[in-house]
Amino acid sequence: MSNKPATLFDKVWDSHVVRKIEDGPDVFFIDRHFIHEVTSPVAFLGMENRGLKVMFPEKTFATADHNTPTINQHLPVQDPLSANQLKALETNSSKYGISHWGLGNPKNGIVHVVGPENGITLPGMTIVCGDSHTSTHGAFGAIAFGIGTSEVEMVLSSQCIMQPKPKKMRINVTGKLGKGITPKDVTLYIISKLTAAGATGYFVEYAGDVFENMSMEGRMTVCNMSIEMGARGGIIAPDQTTYNYINGREKAPKGEAWDKALAYWKTLRTDEGAVFDKEYTFDAADIEPMITYGTNPGMGMGITKHIPSALAGDSKTSYEKSLQYMGFHEEEAMLGKKVDYVFIGSCTNGRIEDFRAFASIVKGRKKADHVTAWIVPGSHIVEQQIKDEGILDILTEAGFQLRQPGCSACLAMNDDKVPAGKYAVSTSNRNFEGRQGPGSRTMLASPLVAAAAAVTGVVTDPRELIA
Amino acid sequence: MAYDKFTILRSTAVPMPIENVDTDQIIPARFLKATERKGFGDNLFRDWRYESDGTPKKDFVLNNPIYSGKILVAGKNFGSGSSREHAAWAIYDYGFRCVVSSFFADIFKNNSLNIGILPVQVSPEFLDKIFTAIESDPKAELEVNLEAQTITIPATGESESFDINSYKKHNLMNGYDDIDYLQAMKDEIKAFADKSLY
Repeated sequence: MSNKPATLFDKVWDSHVVRKIEDGPDVFFIDRHFIHEVTSPVAFLGMENRGLKVMFPEKTFATADHNTPTINQHLPVQDPLSANQLKALETNSSKYGISHWGLGNPKNGIVHVVGPENGITLPGMTIVCGDSHTSTHGAFGAIAFGIGTSEVEMVLSSQCIMQPKPKKMRINVTGKLGKGITPKDVTLYIISKLTAAGATGYFVEYAGDVFENMSMEGRMTVCNMSIEMGARGGIIAPDQTTYNYINGREKAPKGEAWDKALAYWKTLRTDEGAVFDKEYTFDAADIEPMITYGTNPGMGMGITKHIPSALAGDSKTSYEKSLQYMGFHEEEAMLGKKVDYVFIGSCTNGRIEDFRAFASIVKGRKKADHVTAWIVPGSHIVEQQIKDEGILDILTEAGFQLRQPGCSACLAMNDDKVPAGKYAVSTSNRNFEGRQGPGSRTMLASPLVAAAAAVTGVVTDPRELIA
Repeated sequence: MAYDKFTILRSTAVPMPIENVDTDQIIPARFLKATERKGFGDNLFRDWRYESDGTPKKDFVLNNPIYSGKILVAGKNFGSGSSREHAAWAIYDYGFRCVVSSFFADIFKNNSLNIGILPVQVSPEFLDKIFTAIESDPKAELEVNLEAQTITIPATGESESFDINSYKKHNLMNGYDDIDYLQAMKDEIKAFADKSLY
């Protein structure tokens, strides 16, 4: 070991390099591999065509989430193509001895929710999945990122992928967050400052007291959105909050193994004097509840502000195309705009803390009549917590219904589609054209902003509704 | 899946001067339900290319008969968003072998290289020159030379070099892929795994 100060990212990356190729990628060892029904079938097929086997089936975990229905999950899936993908995941998992949490399994849920909540995700691991929001797991001090299907095939058949090492960025947010400001607002704020491509080529470490004081759920929300500014992933140093979250979870280390793991985890920090390729620092006091007004996650602003004017130059056409799609204009306010749909859920904001926040606003109020709301827990475990904590009663009283877990309206592969031209306030991660259904118009926001929109029927500053 | 070797590509190009083209536009999620890699080209840029009833949108570049070719030229930050390799498959299946932009999203770039599409990153100035060349003559050709790592506009003689690591270059020129490479080092991986904490 050299004595040169190293970043947390360096420590985890370098300890997983099996071979370095000169003027080429690193052969990079993967500790945990998650698969789902959409990006894995072609990988299994490719492997079979080459006559390959799964090298370490115990390091891969399968869950069905992307195209599953969020009502009547006990009935056969109606869409034959979705049913076929779900069947393929089950068949492939069983054939190769991979643990599979399919539809109806009490452990089923969104891959980036169930991994952490079952103790599969641990500090210092390398974690990949054929899904860009795999960056979520970086909240535990793991290197986690999304891969393509060819790489899924590589991990299945050799437990490695070939990756050039990304550059390193650190983003510090210091100070104290104001009332009604959530981790989602922090990440939307950062992305609005850096733009949707501002961290491309980098792996981001989040540091500063805002993240130190954040819950694991909040850290997962922040790391989840790293890809939305182009970063391969985000990582936060593990601390007592991390250890407390992991301790006692089903697949977490126990007894002596726990002590050994903990000793290792305590080394996972960026050394004093370690160098980053780029560094940003933001002040927590500058962050308001955020909302997006355009068609990429970088087009966000404080909810009380006005939509910015287009910059002169090349970007102007794309900017105008984006506002035109949304039906918005430069210099307009977002407050008071009519909302047709509200979606709370996804791997970004589908955890218990998000539903607690949502309930804190809707409690004692009623859903606006014209709003269609989809309340979708990230997993069955979250669904059970919602029931156990009395949140379901609050939701029901206010006129909301709870659906069953899955990715749902985040990418609208199932029937949860926002109709063309309609406006949705969504706690998910992408406001791309048509993301929530062809022609749908998405405004990304926190669970508090979503709740405020759901009860008022318009874009509303949640701070006005907080007691 | 094997792909054709890439050496020199000389072709007309399809211009798409739009920034931040995300993978949901390249192929919307509702078309990701296949369990085989077939037919994705039909749904390339589906919602920009077709009305909801399936009628082609006349003003979209892929529906304009004056543009064709094996090279797609797009605005900066091409391929952002979802990791779906289906986006690269759709581009390949439609008939493109090369995408030129002034900036690519990481995962899309990896996915493209893994299936035999060459992403060529040029300077914003050179990208403008390409758009101008195609605008003045839709049949203007581009020449991409992987060995020399250059992209040229033959009509004007203007040229720029591009980056690619020598490992990936070797793969593309010979039609090899990473899976072949990894299979050849299984013993080394096994030994590494034996010492791994997890």
